[in-house]
Amino acid sequence: MKEGYELIYKRPESLLRVHNHYCPGCTHGVVHKLLAEVIEELKIQDKTLGVTPVGCAVLAYDYIDIDWQEAAHGRAPALATGIKRIHPDKYVFTYQGDGDLAAIGTAETIHAANRGENFLIVFINNAIYGMTGGQMAPTTLEGMKTTTSPYGRKISEMGSPIKMSDILAMLPGTYYVTRQTVADVRGVRNAKKALTKAFQYQDRKKGLCLVEFVSNCPSNWKMTPLESWDWARENMFPYYPLGDLKTPEE
Amino acid sequence: MGEVVIMKGNEALAEAAIRAGMDAYFGYPITPQSEIIEYLALEIPKRGGIVLQAESEVAAINMIYGAAGAGGRVMTTSSSCGISLMQEGISYIAGAEIPCLLANINRGGPGLGTIQPAQGDYFQSTRGGGHGDYYTICLAPASVQEMFDFVYLGFELAEKYRTPALILSDGALGQMMEKVNLRDDKLPKNDISWAATGKPKTRNRNIVTSLFLQPEKMEKINLGLQAKYKKIRENEQRWETRMTDDAEYLITAYGLSARIGMKAVDILRDEGYKIGLFRPITLWPFPKKGLSPLLDKVKKVLDFELNAGQMIEDVELVNRGRVPVSFFGRMGGMIPSPDDVAEFFRKEVAK
Repeated sequence: MKEGYELIYKRPESLLRVHNHYCPGCTHGVVHKLLAEVIEELKIQDKTLGVTPVGCAVLAYDYIDIDWQEAAHGRAPALATGIKRIHPDKYVFTYQGDGDLAAIGTAETIHAANRGENFLIVFINNAIYGMTGGQMAPTTLEGMKTTTSPYGRKISEMGSPIKMSDILAMLPGTYYVTRQTVADVRGVRNAKKALTKAFQYQDRKKGLCLVEFVSNCPSNWKMTPLESWDWARENMFPYYPLGDLKTPEE
Repeated sequence: MGEVVIMKGNEALAEAAIRAGMDAYFGYPITPQSEIIEYLALEIPKRGGIVLQAESEVAAINMIYGAAGAGGRVMTTSSSCGISLMQEGISYIAGAEIPCLLANINRGGPGLGTIQPAQGDYFQSTRGGGHGDYYTICLAPASVQEMFDFVYLGFELAEKYRTPALILSDGALGQMMEKVNLRDDKLPKNDISWAATGKPKTRNRNIVTSLFLQPEKMEKINLGLQAKYKKIRENEQRWETRMTDDAEYLITAYGLSARIGMKAVDILRDEGYKIGLFRPITLWPFPKKGLSPLLDKVKKVLDFELNAGQMIEDVELVNRGRVPVSFFGRMGGMIPSPDDVAEFFRKEVAK
């Protein structure tokens, strides 16, 4: 540290010094950074095993300096089950989008939760398929236009947007379920606290932790980043309200 | 030599997995192989290890992927339809180059088919099975003893080459009881320096993945896989012959059909036919080295399978038109007797 300077912000050591592939205004980068900060602060870099999904975060292993496995679409909770059973004392997390977790991987997600597997699911819900170019997700809101619901999501044909965190919170096997956002500074601070708790709770071996992030997708929502957050505040947050859905009894 | 017991094929396979030092089993019940998970669910809590009934075959194979990628010695088993569901995961495991042991207790198909024994999954087992250019080492037991022994061999080969190994058995071998010599030795721990076990400061991070977006890199990965498969083809061909020294006729058959074929050879030998049997033990790599010299000696070949004729394509690829190859088979769970095979031989081959 240079004399006379005070360190107030730094890159967490486990966040690799590389360019990321995410679009401008996307929040994957922020959530990755929070994960890296939490891993550093808890000093668990050598004990943390991540599972990446199929979706925009498929290459998350390029950004955080820990051991990783790359799952098939939707199968991350099955991989994490296998990993955690082999390494019950390591910290295991999956990082999944809404299509991965709430559509193709519904069975793996629900049954991992129902078995009370002791790992963390980081769930990024931006109500759209990002990587494949803006198709309808199971969490796409009513009336929302996507490339596969070009006239807007019609409930009578396509069903209602699924609230996976609410469903999972109902299961006895989940220990901590919370819905967060990194839309603003306060959100980022709360989200980091939630992630920290979710990692720490793995020590207790009491069940699955789930941190959902209500997120944006400026590219596929066809909005500027600022517009996307205005839209999310008006439309996403009322349907997916922020806050804890299930907290441990202390 | 250890204990000698009478066991069902499925139970012998399960017992071997425990003895060989399996860390975890993930599976989903399906006839005719549910005894495997039942046996393990009973035994593993007493003897240590992990056994977990997954919510589907899709989940089971991905638990295998996760646990194997984390350095565990793992096995899953299923039957035909269930193995089809697992193909996505098997392709990922082959692509990510991690070891695991699989067993398919083949039942009749296609579709839901029947729960009776069949050999209709030869193509699936020897041509990769899922998407992409890959193979799984494929072992075909023909006795309950081999159901036991090939678990050891399967783990060894899978770990030696960091690739999935598949035991292709069938409902009859799984269900029938025979004498088994049990081994007591645990296989040595394999090298897992490549696995995702938690990154210490002293090494770079390990990433278990089959994703390589740049075509230059993906081609390199493929070339690496092909080089490995070449090595396996060179080193791991296994086969058994029966009375082939003076044979003018040859039956080619594997697994259960080889057992039936051996008896047919006995019957025909008694009648004076100079006939022998060639049994591939590894279906992939196909034992070309064992079969090819025989095809220079015999006059005719009868390929016998419990399907519409699948291994015959590999026999013909080795034969390359040298001798005529006839086919006899039944499907859908129908099992011909040794007399049926002998009768076909007399009428259609030795005529």
